[in-house]
Amino acid sequence: MDTVVPLEDRGGPAQPLLLARGLRKHFPVGGGILGRGAKVVRAVDDLTLSVAKGETLGVVGESGCGKSTVARLLIRLIRPDRGSMVLDGDPVDEPHGITVNELRRQVQMVFQDSYASLNPRLTIAETLAFAPKAHGLPAAEARERVRDLLSKVGLDPNNYAERYPHELSGGQRQRVNIARALALRPRLVILDEAVSALDKSVEAQVLNMLVDLKTELGLTYLFISHDLNVVQYLSDRVLVMYLGKIVELGPVEAIYGDPQHPYTRALLSARPSMDPRKRTKEAPIQGDPPNPIDPPSGCRFRTRCPFAEDVCAKVEPLLADTGRQEVACHMRVAGSGHSKATAA
Amino acid sequence: MTIQSPSLELGTALVQPIAAAAGRGYWQSVARRLRRDPVTLVCAGVLILLVASALAAPWLGLADPYKTSMIRRLYPLGSPGHLLGTDELGRDMLARLIYGGRLSLFMGVTPVVCALLIGGLLGITAGFVGGKTNMAIMRVMDVFYAFPSVLLAISLSGAMGAGTENTLLSLTLVFIPPVCRVSESVTTQVRGFDFVDAARASGAGTLTIVRVHVLGNVLGPILVYATSLISVAIILAAGLSFLGLGVKPPEPEWGLMLNTLRQAIYVNPVLAALPGVMIFITSICFNLMSDGLRSAMDVKA
Repeated sequence: MDTVVPLEDRGGPAQPLLLARGLRKHFPVGGGILGRGAKVVRAVDDLTLSVAKGETLGVVGESGCGKSTVARLLIRLIRPDRGSMVLDGDPVDEPHGITVNELRRQVQMVFQDSYASLNPRLTIAETLAFAPKAHGLPAAEARERVRDLLSKVGLDPNNYAERYPHELSGGQRQRVNIARALALRPRLVILDEAVSALDKSVEAQVLNMLVDLKTELGLTYLFISHDLNVVQYLSDRVLVMYLGKIVELGPVEAIYGDPQHPYTRALLSARPSMDPRKRTKEAPIQGDPPNPIDPPSGCRFRTRCPFAEDVCAKVEPLLADTGRQEVACHMRVAGSGHSKATAA
Repeated sequence: MTIQSPSLELGTALVQPIAAAAGRGYWQSVARRLRRDPVTLVCAGVLILLVASALAAPWLGLADPYKTSMIRRLYPLGSPGHLLGTDELGRDMLARLIYGGRLSLFMGVTPVVCALLIGGLLGITAGFVGGKTNMAIMRVMDVFYAFPSVLLAISLSGAMGAGTENTLLSLTLVFIPPVCRVSESVTTQVRGFDFVDAARASGAGTLTIVRVHVLGNVLGPILVYATSLISVAIILAAGLSFLGLGVKPPEPEWGLMLNTLRQAIYVNPVLAALPGVMIFITSICFNLMSDGLRSAMDVKA
């Protein structure tokens, strides 16, 4: 069976492992039975991203900015309204491309809620063996793989294989979830707030384990989190999202060292300071994100941006390369009409 | 290393028994919790006794439940030869009550089992598929729901005519909507858990996901609900017989017996109440047992 052998590299090192172009997902809300007059939540709007082989791409943003929707779109748990995906050179769900099932063989996901993501009626071994068995792995080999997976995530197979999820601690459950995601030997693992629900010491252990697993198995991570420190620790590149759109994208040193977008700056300055002499005295940005049902015109951040001007309401800023990173802000585009932008 | 090994051995020795205890299956832990619940056990015992006596009725050395006697009508309880007296046609009450259990229990269980199969299938489908399928199935169920269940059973039986088969059919139809609704709601709930999404993300087929991840989590609550319906079915079947829409005389059946004995209520009220007592005992036992099952099946209990 094909599940026994890890999938090989097809497109070469320069080919991004996953390329998503113009992904869009609008969720209808309200409206009548026939869908008339329904409004839409613009959860993800024309999102384009690429994940290079072997890298960790961090995705940060406030709650409700569409991070989890991106994760579910990339693994096709929800169908995008628009947009295309290319996995290592193969278009997904298109003629001449690979099927969604083949995509799911190579892309797996770890969910945030470690309890809800494990079936309470199945033992750990049954949970881990489910996917390999569904792909036709014989029972004996599946058992062997379960033992192998458990040892990989630091759980003794003799002790944990026959247990039920409610007998495990949060950290142990999340290790099982990670093992489950690795059961099909994927190439890309999407970690959707995978460590956010754990307490700090356990979180550190699991993070270190993730780093080790990445080198050991040659994995690529898409790491979604609202915790900026964790993202900084783990990521090679960082993508900042606001209301379903990318506002800034670039190498981790550039994003953390020299943030260009006012939203990224606000996010970074909202981090708790480790130095008591440098207390964060006031909130860097006020209020909540606007309603994604009716996002602001032009730049979506303008309602909370201290530098907003007329042009921000009229023209939507596109991602522009500033040398080290890409930013979607009129202030960084020469000749955009913003008073802080350089002249054309 | 030599210093560490004893403590390591101690560690494994401590951990192993816990793992072994935890390794026992889900149903074993349900059985363990049931053993600690005397009410449920007593109810189950009474029900087993009722079913067993009904099944073994011909071999219990009872009087002929059909043999009438104009002289021995309405004997009180404890009469010689007739432990529970005789009915308005002089037939032995004990024999009729035990034989009556055959039909009454059959009429209670069969429609629920049929409704469980049909309603459960519809409900799980509606809950798992969702969207327009859910809408179509559940709105049809709502049409049935618009009628009170007793009225629906009476009108269906009335339209199809009296008789055991028609009673079973109408009771089944009455029970499909509630079973379907319960199945739909628990399935929708389970479907929303991340482990179902994780199973979908693993590329497994829909039927495999339903079999492995959904059924195990929804069957418990559905079965418990269905058990509580058995008592309703017995009462409804008795009610239909009472109205002359169910079992036809002289067949012994609790509802029908209640109907015919009501003429004797001023002569011998205790006797007239006996079939009602049987219905009461059976239905309360089913109800209490389903309650006990519900708490025994709760994983976190």
